[in-house]
Amino acid sequence: MRNTRIRRIVLDTGIAAAVVIAMGVARGVYSNELMLFNFIIFLALAQGLNIIYGFTGYLPFGYVGFYGAGAYGFALVVMHLHAPALIGMAAAGVAALVLAVILLPLLRLSGAYFAIASMAAAQAVYEIVANPDLEDITKGPYGVSLADVFAPAFSYYTALAILAATLLLVVWLRNSRFGMSLQAIRDDSISAAMAGVSVVRGRTIAWLLSALIAGLVGGVFAWHISVFYPDTAFDLSVSIFATVFLLFGGATTLCGPLLGVFILYGIYNVIGIAVPQYFQFTYGALIVLLVLFLPNGLVSLLTSRGIRVP
Amino acid sequence: MLIGAIIAGIVFGLYYTLVGLGLNLVFGVMRIVNLAHGDFLMLGGIAAWWLFTTLGLHPLASAGLVIVVFVLVGLPLYYLVVPRLLRSRDSEMLSLILFFGLSQMIEAVTTIGLGATERSLPPRLLGVGPIILFGTRLPKAWIFSAVASAIAVLLVYLYLYRTRLGTLTRAVMVSRDEALATGIDVNFVSAVAFGISIALAGVAGVFAPFILGSITPNMGVAINITAFAVIVVGTLGNPLGTLLGGIIYGVSLMLMQTYLSSWANLLPNLLLIAVLLVRPEGILGRRVRRA
Repeated sequence: MRNTRIRRIVLDTGIAAAVVIAMGVARGVYSNELMLFNFIIFLALAQGLNIIYGFTGYLPFGYVGFYGAGAYGFALVVMHLHAPALIGMAAAGVAALVLAVILLPLLRLSGAYFAIASMAAAQAVYEIVANPDLEDITKGPYGVSLADVFAPAFSYYTALAILAATLLLVVWLRNSRFGMSLQAIRDDSISAAMAGVSVVRGRTIAWLLSALIAGLVGGVFAWHISVFYPDTAFDLSVSIFATVFLLFGGATTLCGPLLGVFILYGIYNVIGIAVPQYFQFTYGALIVLLVLFLPNGLVSLLTSRGIRVP
Repeated sequence: MLIGAIIAGIVFGLYYTLVGLGLNLVFGVMRIVNLAHGDFLMLGGIAAWWLFTTLGLHPLASAGLVIVVFVLVGLPLYYLVVPRLLRSRDSEMLSLILFFGLSQMIEAVTTIGLGATERSLPPRLLGVGPIILFGTRLPKAWIFSAVASAIAVLLVYLYLYRTRLGTLTRAVMVSRDEALATGIDVNFVSAVAFGISIALAGVAGVFAPFILGSITPNMGVAINITAFAVIVVGTLGNPLGTLLGGIIYGVSLMLMQTYLSSWANLLPNLLLIAVLLVRPEGILGRRVRRA
């Protein structure tokens, strides 16, 4: 029993390491750095969403709110305090955590109510950041420029480090007592509570971890891109992409979201750039078919036959 | 100014009631969220625009046509998607994702076919010059849209409370399983409700150019948030609550625009969050939420 557990952890960690190393090597081999960077962003976001949706069953449609909060947390500190980039990254994490704490009461809602309320919350943050009245602070809808700290290589590897940490977190959740208790809460919160699991504490921790990841990813996005607008930082399609990647692969697993990003975002980069609408259409159709015929994602092709997927 | 904002708010509120009503009907009957609702509204607006620019059709005639066509689209769409969706483990949650996919498809097809430009209809189509109500000058097009919305809401009320099919619909709303056990053709009742819901979105779309100013292929998401705010403030699953929700929403929107205009876009979001947290069952509601 103990041996299988160790073997699982080694296998999961190995997969995580392989992905991180591959993305690190790819930068030296392949010249389109921005595309690789976006892959890292979505790999991390899909896994961050996995932590809250896969393990607790809450699906925040407004996940991008944390990403945008992180991007603006980074931007504000760098712009106004002229802080170095790593301090900015800390600010990104703090901004997302603060927003997550403010939104904690949303966890009292369930299902569609939660999804929609979180979307409204993300929109509300966007409306505040993009408000022309706050131009002195956030530059309003006109966007920010962070040329002072521009460092493509450093920010790329920081993003990679965030991805590595996120993947390890998912490995830990999949193999730890805490992760198991989260899944128990997701499946039946009342029974879990009766078995002595602290429901509120579990959900809160998962929510904060998930928000922290999105915030850090948003911060590193701001750092790497260095010029962006509220429309890009709070683009709802960021949430949507992450959600679809996650669901397409299969939540609660390590490989599912990875597969989802590599396959779907790969397709996007082949056909989506030229005429985004063709991709949008294919994408929409894929979502519909997925929900109707494969609601538990690609990995369910194996898991439904009793095969464990890392 | 205060009176003016309140009157304009009520006029807008009637329109927003129409926007939310269909969404609420579907939620009440099927317990699913049609995230493509705003896109059907957009299609209704595009239809009105197209019928006017090519055939010179009056929006009122377009509205009639849109109702018929959209009901006919809604019925097969229901049978294609919803029964299978309702059999899944967590249909309420999955419906959000499924209809989001549908909304993306609609948006993409519209953008490919017509481009992303804004389209509008001349307001003079619905009458020239203002109407003065309690000392407030309002464009005739607004009044016209509000009256049309009120009529649509009234018709839905009559359908639900004065027809046999409406009674069956309310039975399904109360309990889908018990309705099935009593021998009601649940799928047919739901399909009709779905068709009506989409037709309501279409009609709201026909009047959208006059109230909202213009139609763009990607307006669906914003409309959805507004519609959701309206029906949550009212009460999910209670079509009459939507009227209250719409008017509360319209009046507070107008007050915001009058006194704090640059922050007015925050309103639907904050209203939605506040009501969900303080009174998730809505203003008229009994407890429906399972926490």
